Amino acid sequence: MIRLNTAALTKAMPQLLSLMLILFLNYLAFPGFFEIRLQDGRLFGSLIDVFNRGAPVIILAIGMTAVIASRGVDLSVGAVMAVAGALAATMTVAGYPLPVVILAALGAGLACGLWNGILVAYFDLQPIVATLILMVAGRGIAQLITEGSIVTFTEPGLIFFGTGSFAGVPMPILIAASLLAVAIAVVRRTALGLLIESIGINRSASSYAGLNSKLLLLVIYGFCGLCASLAGIIIAADIRGADANNAGLWLELDAILAVVVGGTSLFGGRFSILMSALGAVIIQAMNTGILLSGFPPEYNLILKALVIIVILLAQSFSSLGGWAFLKGEFRSKGTKRQ
Amino acid sequence: MISMKRILLASTVAMLCAGTAHAADLTIGFSQIGSESGWRAAETSVSKIEAKKRGVDLKIADAQQKQENQIKAIRGFIAQGVDAIFIAPVVATGWDTVLAEAKEAKIPVILLDRTIETANDGLYLTAVTSDTVHEGKVAGEWLVKAVAGKDCKVVELQGTVGSSPAINRKKGFEDGIASASNIKITRSQTGDFTRSKGKEVMEGFLKAENGGKNICALYAHNDDMAVGAIQAIKEAGLKPGKDILVVSVDAVPDIFKAMAEGEANATVELTPNMAGPAFDALKAFKDSGKAPPKWIQTESKLYTQADDPKKVYEEKKGLGY
Repeated sequence: MIRLNTAALTKAMPQLLSLMLILFLNYLAFPGFFEIRLQDGRLFGSLIDVFNRGAPVIILAIGMTAVIASRGVDLSVGAVMAVAGALAATMTVAGYPLPVVILAALGAGLACGLWNGILVAYFDLQPIVATLILMVAGRGIAQLITEGSIVTFTEPGLIFFGTGSFAGVPMPILIAASLLAVAIAVVRRTALGLLIESIGINRSASSYAGLNSKLLLLVIYGFCGLCASLAGIIIAADIRGADANNAGLWLELDAILAVVVGGTSLFGGRFSILMSALGAVIIQAMNTGILLSGFPPEYNLILKALVIIVILLAQSFSSLGGWAFLKGEFRSKGTKRQ
Repeated sequence: MISMKRILLASTVAMLCAGTAHAADLTIGFSQIGSESGWRAAETSVSKIEAKKRGVDLKIADAQQKQENQIKAIRGFIAQGVDAIFIAPVVATGWDTVLAEAKEAKIPVILLDRTIETANDGLYLTAVTSDTVHEGKVAGEWLVKAVAGKDCKVVELQGTVGSSPAINRKKGFEDGIASASNIKITRSQTGDFTRSKGKEVMEGFLKAENGGKNICALYAHNDDMAVGAIQAIKEAGLKPGKDILVVSVDAVPDIFKAMAEGEANATVELTPNMAGPAFDALKAFKDSGKAPPKWIQTESKLYTQADDPKKVYEEKKGLGY
């Protein structure tokens, strides 16, 4: 499905190298990093933690990639996660059956996304402002649903989404991987990906070319909201409770960072969902590494910032044709240029 | 703009007046921060219960985490001529002007749960707060007794980096175990006071410490992180409360559920009843004219599995945590 040609590999080099470097550093900090064993029929190990903890951000990043490729941004995904989690938890406690709960939570996420889409596509609000509204209000809505407390549940069906496993693989990883495969197939096997890129590069030109850019934007933001609600269900299921104050807090920034680390430009256009997912894994590998390293927590954010700067610089260096540029500089030394 | 402010003020006052249906001995205005956490909600509901017990007419103004709203509410209370004002200050500074206005109107002010920074501490009557250093110490002393001289490696889940409860609860715990050379904190990381981070960080601790076999106890700066960590311990195939002792601070209902199931061992209460001692101090002040001390420390009560956690859970469940 994903053709791995050498050109794509070369483009992904900075990210792949960063990931390998971070994993290697993790191994140095904690020699048992790559050990994996079965615990109660579930894979157990630090590497599994990286993917399991990274799953919500991977899911967010999938939706966020489409939004950013359309030259937008969605700041509300963290708040939408809280809304979906709050709804799922309170409905479960109220005794609704699992399918109804899941559909309602996903439906709420979709509705939030469509709301953003309407503001951006039909009212021409700037995406950062349009989604800021829901970023602030969404958490309030979630708090209204839970009435300010952490709503805990014991329904095994819902908990399965967070801590269950299939063939040893934790559910969050399976969900993220399936969504990733479906999303890549849909945008690359159809013209959809091309259309998203085209409105990202030039929306009015795309409209003149006969593309219904408003509808497409609506679909993109709706999809992003849907992804956010899925992530919200997973994290609520993981802790068996909906914490409206903290669920998904600041995760919108991690999702945007994952997309950027993956190499998609904030100015829209060409995008890669797979690379965004890789970006999310890089971020989580770093987080898990910091937790294992035993550094005092005061260093967490500084370490994170340092690593991110290095990755982004490496990326920008390589996309500018950095090595060729350096070579050229050395050669031109001594010869005066006009 | 000014008229707008007047209308807002008038409507605040009108709203406050709406509650005064019955004659009460004392009318007290309470400027509450807002609904920032479950504990805050419990503090509000306990304040109402304590007021009702004493026949006090308590008017609560929700500031939605904004100081300007609190100042507005306090001015409203002054205009109304309440007998006293309680404030749970959202920030530490910027209170001098409005508190001077209250003092001029001869309305005593009592701070609840948090203190303020001011050059003139005559601006408020007293502050009712818990001692977060002491809370950590109580937790530490419990652990010293519980392990009874055996070697014990402790992992610590800190609160938000730089927040005063995190700094103080860490310091207090270290003081509490200082006398016991058999107890050592081997790992300490922040879990941001949340369940999900508590779980994630504990997963890391468990792996880094030989699958959790090297860990003898977990100390969490709040119960929510402990609840998350308990799940991580279970998923690693260990028994929380037995293989790894769990002690935390706050005493929210869910930790009592865990204690009743034997998965948590002890918690130190951050009582939501700050208003009760404040009412008593105020009454003594009104009756005798004798000013209370500037700081009234609330009790940091230790709860263990022996304290009928199931019953405490039922009692606390309805308080809005």
